[in-house]
Amino acid sequence: MITAGVDVGAKYVKLVLLEDGKNVLKRANGIVGFDLWKSTTEVFEKALLDSGLKRGQIGQVVATGMGRKSIQKKPPINPEEIVPEVIADAKGTYHLNPAVKTVIDVGAEEGRGVKVGENGKVKDFVINERCAAGAGTFIETMARALEVGVEDMGPLALKSTKAIPMNAQCCVFAESEVVTLIHSKVSKEDIAKAIHDAVAGRIASMVLRLGVERDVVLIGGMARNPGFLPPLKKELNTEILVPEYPQFVGALGTALLAFEMEGKK
Amino acid sequence: MTQIKEYPTEPLKIWNVGKQLRRGYYEDYLNAHERGGLRWAGGAWSFSAIPAGLGEDVHSITGEPHGATIAFFKDFTAKCHEATEAAGFPRTLCAYMRNYWGSILLDKYILADGTVVDDHPAPDFIWQDHICCSHGKWYQVAKWLEEKKGRKVPMYCVDVSVGYPMDEPLEEYKINYIVQQLNDGIEWLEKITGRTYDDRLLCEAVWNEMKATRLWAEICTLNQAIPAPLDEKSMYSLYVMATLMKHRPECVSFYEKLKVEVEDRVRRGIAAVANERFRVITDTQPPWGFLKIFREMEEYGVVSVGSLYTYGLIGMWKYRPDGIWAPKELPARKPQTREEAVKMIVEWTVDRPEWAHFYVPEAKTEMILSIVKQWKVDAVLLHYNRGCEGLSVHIAENRHGLQKAGVQVFPFEGNMGDEREFDFPGTLARLTTFFESMGLKKRKD
Repeated sequence: MITAGVDVGAKYVKLVLLEDGKNVLKRANGIVGFDLWKSTTEVFEKALLDSGLKRGQIGQVVATGMGRKSIQKKPPINPEEIVPEVIADAKGTYHLNPAVKTVIDVGAEEGRGVKVGENGKVKDFVINERCAAGAGTFIETMARALEVGVEDMGPLALKSTKAIPMNAQCCVFAESEVVTLIHSKVSKEDIAKAIHDAVAGRIASMVLRLGVERDVVLIGGMARNPGFLPPLKKELNTEILVPEYPQFVGALGTALLAFEMEGKK
Repeated sequence: MTQIKEYPTEPLKIWNVGKQLRRGYYEDYLNAHERGGLRWAGGAWSFSAIPAGLGEDVHSITGEPHGATIAFFKDFTAKCHEATEAAGFPRTLCAYMRNYWGSILLDKYILADGTVVDDHPAPDFIWQDHICCSHGKWYQVAKWLEEKKGRKVPMYCVDVSVGYPMDEPLEEYKINYIVQQLNDGIEWLEKITGRTYDDRLLCEAVWNEMKATRLWAEICTLNQAIPAPLDEKSMYSLYVMATLMKHRPECVSFYEKLKVEVEDRVRRGIAAVANERFRVITDTQPPWGFLKIFREMEEYGVVSVGSLYTYGLIGMWKYRPDGIWAPKELPARKPQTREEAVKMIVEWTVDRPEWAHFYVPEAKTEMILSIVKQWKVDAVLLHYNRGCEGLSVHIAENRHGLQKAGVQVFPFEGNMGDEREFDFPGTLARLTTFFESMGLKKRKD
């Protein structure tokens, strides 16, 4: 039995095809365009094509992500169920590590903390309010200001040992601070570290409201940024685990939920 | 599709009576001078029974409900905020207060139905009390704004910061501190209005206020029933009567009729929300311009059965010896003299539940926990209300206390009176995530 999980995020669509609730047959992703349904459908159809599968061979589909409603009740994906990100995150992470108690998911636009209970159920959660200064888009915006690629930001930050505080709570004001640092001839490495420290600080203060209990697992696109993990560990004063495909954990969680639904049919 | 149990539901019969009463209140204040009457302004918590001794033609406007009414009409609110900010006041101040000042600055007055009339009706005097950081200052500035328009408005402010009697009654000297201020206030009222004070009217007003504020608590107690006969969104339109005219006989009469109707709803199992299956309470004032969020909640079968704010802002409660949080008992008889009436209303008022947290955050947590237990509540939605410094004091500690007691809590940021500080889609998305994480599904899904 093959089930599918789709995570329609703010920046990327992520998809997982799962066999028998265990084996990942395919991971696929694509950039989200203006038309969420179109972008998601393209990723879905390409994944089927690459896997040599047809829509009819896929059982239940469950969707999550901020754009999950855009594909609801619409072919070809037409998910049987849509669930909030925190449910998908908890489910997917618990599957990968049953000892998980705290999940931190930092994506393009949102940062979340999830307290995980028995069988991967959500016990409590927090989500950042309004501002993207605690999420991936902030790093991307700052990369533009520093005239470096977004993928270079993490490695750049790791080269610095300085601690430069960034006080602005707002993405726009934080950008002004970065511009001031640039004009003050502060090195790109130090600025990149200051940016990562600031994001880590915001995420940590949010997650601390939940109470941090180990195992702590970091997922989402920001988990792939090597400059983000060290300051987050420092802020939370704990070991943090990162799975192999952190950006696909939400999609994996929905594929698992789809498999459970198959069992209930 | 899941089959959801549906309870019978029907609109409140008394609804339009309440609407008329509220409309009449604002109109009476506006037109008081035409009938030779007096107008006064002050907070919803002010000792409104005291000016009642000046005569039956004395009409008030209470600032917070008026600020909330303005907030409900977003276009007018925006104009009020612009005017207040242009006058140099920061947007971090109390949102009701800014709405109120904006209305004076614009020289416009809004009626309960949203009709905006020219010439903001200045009060003949200000009668206020002071407990939160904004109360006294609110009217000090209002007085100053009126003076800039050439209107002299005398002001009297009563300091009520004497602590909260959680377990033991307050010491006599604390009660006397307020009593003395009110006695002085009566002399002041006679002096500035030139009227002779009528103690009989005072006694009536004090008794009315005690009856009205107890009746509201009794009505709230009826919401312990499953299904809840009232939802909080509707309760906002009902509790408001006591914030406007708690000392008036019309208010007592309205609550007496409402109580009979709600008792009847409980008896017949009439629900406020037909698909009720998850009960929440909120805290502090809601973002008034976005009350539709309650209707969105209903799609998940969620009913807000009230809050410490809705129950205890104006309703009077007390812990019984058996630990039950219950409507406060009325004294054995109505006051007969000025001395008795003034002391009685002070002793009645210092038990106001929404004053507790100013002194002891744990007291508020305890009361919320009592509501959770007695009203069979599944979760608490805490509004980190940037628009009200007073009622938001210690709210993070309340959250911590509730969570420690094992209560599910959903905190959200917003502002009761400034829509620029409330992210409706974002909050709704997080709120529905919260409900879905509790296993609830949207009706249409």
